[in-house]
Amino acid sequence: MAVQVRSRISAFTVLKVLFLLAAVVATLYPLLYMLSISISDTTQVLLGKVGLIPKGVNLSMYRFVLRDQRIFTSYRNTIFYVLVGTALSLVVTAAAAFSLSKRRVVFHRFFTILVVVTMFFGGGMIPTYLTIRGLGMIDTIWAVLLPSAVSTYNLLVMRTFFDGFPKEIEESGQLDGLNDVGILTRLVLPSSQAVLASIGLFYAVSRWNAYFDPFLYLNTPDLFPLQIILRDILQAGQTNVVGGGDTLMVEESLRYTAVIVSILPIIVVYPFLQKYFVKGVMLGAVKG
Amino acid sequence: MTAASAHGVPGGPAHPLLRRIRKDRYLLLLLLPCVAFYVLFRYLPIWGILISFKDYKPFVGFSGSPWVGLKHYRNFFSVPEAWPLVRNTFLLGLYSILWSFPTPILFALVLNEVRDVRFKKTVQTITYMPHFLSMVIVTGMVISFLSPVRGPLNGLLKSLGRPEINFFADPKYFRTIYIASGVWQDTGWGAIIYLAALSGINPELYESAVIDGANKMRQIVSITLPMLIPTITMLLLLRVGNVLDVGFEKVYLLQNPVIYETADVLSTYVYRQGIRGAQYSFASAIGTFNSVVSLVILLLANFASRRLGETSLW
Repeated sequence: MAVQVRSRISAFTVLKVLFLLAAVVATLYPLLYMLSISISDTTQVLLGKVGLIPKGVNLSMYRFVLRDQRIFTSYRNTIFYVLVGTALSLVVTAAAAFSLSKRRVVFHRFFTILVVVTMFFGGGMIPTYLTIRGLGMIDTIWAVLLPSAVSTYNLLVMRTFFDGFPKEIEESGQLDGLNDVGILTRLVLPSSQAVLASIGLFYAVSRWNAYFDPFLYLNTPDLFPLQIILRDILQAGQTNVVGGGDTLMVEESLRYTAVIVSILPIIVVYPFLQKYFVKGVMLGAVKG
Repeated sequence: MTAASAHGVPGGPAHPLLRRIRKDRYLLLLLLPCVAFYVLFRYLPIWGILISFKDYKPFVGFSGSPWVGLKHYRNFFSVPEAWPLVRNTFLLGLYSILWSFPTPILFALVLNEVRDVRFKKTVQTITYMPHFLSMVIVTGMVISFLSPVRGPLNGLLKSLGRPEINFFADPKYFRTIYIASGVWQDTGWGAIIYLAALSGINPELYESAVIDGANKMRQIVSITLPMLIPTITMLLLLRVGNVLDVGFEKVYLLQNPVIYETADVLSTYVYRQGIRGAQYSFASAIGTFNSVVSLVILLLANFASRRLGETSLW
């Protein structure tokens, strides 16, 4: 009897470890494959000889990609959109979330409904496009920065967090003569760094990855973010082999190198910031 | 008296509402940019839905364009693509729920059984990562991996002696590709919320189950799953409510005209007719039809779940 129980448990253990290892391999395989192609000799890639193990390692593709003017400009644009956009989103979201967490404010219910309704109904692509056009924002940086400035979900998560801020501290701030703006900036925000980090990271990632708004609203290549250029590169013909100086230019190597270059910042910082992302989800789960 | 006069300055507005506005003026000020955002970028477009009841001509503008009632809505249902588009949108949403809703639950259940903290953390870190890749990258990767030209999957088929498949030239593969890549990208991330719910279960429940002789499977079925039901219902409700909200971005990035038969959905059709074809009124009628049906489904789902149990979105 005892033997039977033990063997059943170990079979279960083996199964679960295999299952999880399979998940890990399935997740990593495509990424490692792209990395391997991107650092391999292009002739070997062309011959189809490169798999997970790179062959004839060289970084010529990276030199080529980083010298490409389009990639350089769009990379710079993306960094600008991420920095300015995330700062803007955080300021607007934090201010509004603090205000919405005070139930005593006039029109509190009205403003809350105003915000929540947009989670379930919107104007859709065409009316939104015409609105942006009507506001004169087509082909300007504002069309990238403003229409996605506030995420309702993030706003509600932050409001829930501010709800839990100790009332006594706010009251003592009032006694010290702080107005509501002072209470927010001097007392509440300094002790909310974790939630600001979480929400800020979510905003930053979605700005880094944004494709739809720039795709719809921008025409001038000088304003394009990285994702637009990346799409062009990824979509380019599958069979072209172009002579690029001394090295053979294989589209595949070029595509995967561009992908690696574009995800590198996220991959590098992600393991260190993961806990903030997870915390963000947990905060959201509290109230749902 | 002093406290009152600090807020309501003597000689200030007499009307109680004005007095409250004055008292909360800083909080209202903090809210102002956000309200401006919602009015400009969320409510103006909702107002703009009215053009779907007009014949919008850019040069005469919104107010100059004549009202035409439901003409564009009727026109949509008379084009031959109407039914396939609705079907494709609905099926893509439905299959997504069927496949990508249960997988994070299963994943969380297995992960929850791991005792080795470092192994667990490593698996989590790795499997959460694809969630942060952009749609451009995920779709580009998928297209490239399935390519008949040196795509690794076709390489595998060839080495097994099978004929190669041009996945993006045959409509029958599109839904599988769309859903499988979604499972790849979001299974790990989707598990977080369930793991949080699982960590809240009282370990004594398991201890007494073990004393009663319940094995692992039995414990999962009788303790773990029932404890997860509220979380599952809540998330399922949201997913069902969004069944017609098939994202534009991913479908657009994956599709090509050869496979429109399965790969064209309402939002991509709206894009082609509206933005590229400049048929603004016609396209926004289709978009509005889509949003209204979505909303109705969400309300029905919420109503049904409220009837069946306690869980409701509001």
